[in-house]
Amino acid sequence: MSILVNKDTKVIVQGFTGKEGSFHAEQCMDYGTKIVGGVTPGKGGQVHLNKPVFNTVAEAVKTTGATVSMIFVPPAFVADAVMEAAAAGIELAVIITEGAPVRDMQAAKACAVKNGMMTIGPNCPGVITAEECKIGIMPGMIFKKGNVGLISKSGTLTYEGANQVCKEGFGISTAVGIGGDPIIGLSYIQLLQMFQDDEETEAIVMIGEIGGDLEIQAARYIKENITKPVVAFIAGQTAPAGKRMGHAGAIISGSAGTAKEKMDALEAAGVKVVVSPAEIGKAVKEVMA
Amino acid sequence: MNIHEYQAKQIFQKYGVPTPRGIIANTPDQAVTNAQELGGKIWVVKAQIHAGGRGLGGGVKLAKSIDEVRELATEILGMTLVTHQTGPEGKLVQKVYIEEGANIQDELYLSVVLDRAAEMPIIMASTEGGMDIETVAEETPEKIIRIAIDPAFGFQGYHGRELVFGLGITDKAEQKKMIDFAAKVYKLYMENDAEMIEINPLIKTTEGDFMALDGKMAFDDSALGRHPDIEDMRDISEEDPDEREASQYGLSYIALDGEIGCMVNGAGLAMGTMDTINYMGGTPANFLDVGGSANAETVAKGFEIILKNPKVKAIFVNIFGGIVRCDRIANGIIEATKITDVNVPVIVRLDGTNAPEAAEILKNANIANLIVGDDLGDGAAKAVAAAKGEK
Repeated sequence: MSILVNKDTKVIVQGFTGKEGSFHAEQCMDYGTKIVGGVTPGKGGQVHLNKPVFNTVAEAVKTTGATVSMIFVPPAFVADAVMEAAAAGIELAVIITEGAPVRDMQAAKACAVKNGMMTIGPNCPGVITAEECKIGIMPGMIFKKGNVGLISKSGTLTYEGANQVCKEGFGISTAVGIGGDPIIGLSYIQLLQMFQDDEETEAIVMIGEIGGDLEIQAARYIKENITKPVVAFIAGQTAPAGKRMGHAGAIISGSAGTAKEKMDALEAAGVKVVVSPAEIGKAVKEVMA
Repeated sequence: MNIHEYQAKQIFQKYGVPTPRGIIANTPDQAVTNAQELGGKIWVVKAQIHAGGRGLGGGVKLAKSIDEVRELATEILGMTLVTHQTGPEGKLVQKVYIEEGANIQDELYLSVVLDRAAEMPIIMASTEGGMDIETVAEETPEKIIRIAIDPAFGFQGYHGRELVFGLGITDKAEQKKMIDFAAKVYKLYMENDAEMIEINPLIKTTEGDFMALDGKMAFDDSALGRHPDIEDMRDISEEDPDEREASQYGLSYIALDGEIGCMVNGAGLAMGTMDTINYMGGTPANFLDVGGSANAETVAKGFEIILKNPKVKAIFVNIFGGIVRCDRIANGIIEATKITDVNVPVIVRLDGTNAPEAAEILKNANIANLIVGDDLGDGAAKAVAAAKGEK
């Protein structure tokens, strides 16, 4: 099982022939991901990394049967790329690019939802089903196969969390980096439910940060709907208010969006909340016991 | 990116959003000339800094004569204005905005921001203008109207009706003016990739007109590329020089109060590192994300910026290499010790891509003061101990 992607998932890359797109597509292929082609307008008909290049997503989908697209196009073209994927019938778009304007993402997300396409990101490490399929930029070798699902706004905290889980002798079913922008695709609630329904997943690690209230919504949802144990860490307990901490969405506005309120809400929902990411592995071990 | 009030008002005027007339001044002489040009009997002298609460801090004052304009401009220009948003160190006032007086009957509030949950912009309005909106939200939340607008369909008649009936505006002519005002502010918000527009207070004059008496705007940094006119409004002197210098090297830096300098890859892990230091009984001196393309030069620059802070007693380098390769960071650390005098203990924890190579590089370099941390917890504990002078 696992969620979203597996060894049979057919993936295309938008921005396939660019520097970042090429580098990471190759890494994904090395990991075992079924990359079946890519899209670079004007380069249709060429072969890149031994895979066909198409001018449009529609053409790529028609020829390859791909259901997932990994997007590496420059920030100004992200919305266009997402909408093209949605129109072409892609089921899941994983948006790696950082720095897409918020207004663009608002429109892109609305378009994706309307077309029934799921999105992950932008500005995220992507999604990985351990030892089967990596769609993104994470270091694949740290994700050992196992029964812990992971959802994180932060890329490096995804790696940190997964690494600790594996060091404790457990492994990852699927890990999803959802990104820390103000507007993102799949979020905690949808992914928590997917992990709840996934037979392979026995516990869930949820990593959040300051800004917005997605974690608070997640806490409410967990209380009502999630029976599997959840471990959570919220980054930014020591972050000052009013400062944007790296991620576009990681900002405490006035008194809203603090780590404390999120930690309290999660704790009240029965989640095991750790105060340092260094404790994630240990906490997983406790809830898995 | 934030802009000044006087710049926000230029944009309002461009979109036909009414504001009082005003002219910016850098000197008391200029302030006087401006007041004479504006005419009238009353002027407002307003300090221009990127922070709210200027009035309470003594940066906004009423002048009833030209002499008083000169007096107040002299007083405000060059003052260090402290408000609840500037921090205790305050901000130096380098410009004053001279504005004509207005006959205020009512003070309202209006803003446009992104509602992250609804994933669309909302207009927030209230009859409680002139007050801190956070306080209003806390004490009398029923006095705040929220109207979400789907950009796919735009500002509709019903949005306007919800607004004016919500604000208790009953006069037909006034309703029309208010709806027109809000529609223009929304248009401005969308067309310029604004992140936030806040008008507090939005006044109703005794003549029955609505005006933006104040104006605060922030713009989406990611969209500035398509708004060169907005980008031109950037005031570098309002930005922290260290943060700015860091950003030129692709580093994201924010100074804090503590003693342990942090250099981390990724914003989440950077915050998590600060939290861990705090949890272990230490205090973080900064947030520093070296980003995805860190190399020897950027790491060296990071050290330099961290070490500018005399409070720093130890530095914790915490890297989990995904895109960032640990060997590059290791080389950066060695480079940094050559060009910068790193006179505090450096605790290094490198994990992920090319971590074994990195460990080898560091070992061979034989740097004094360098302590290796095995994992995040171990590294943070060693950094806290080192900052306290323990080995």
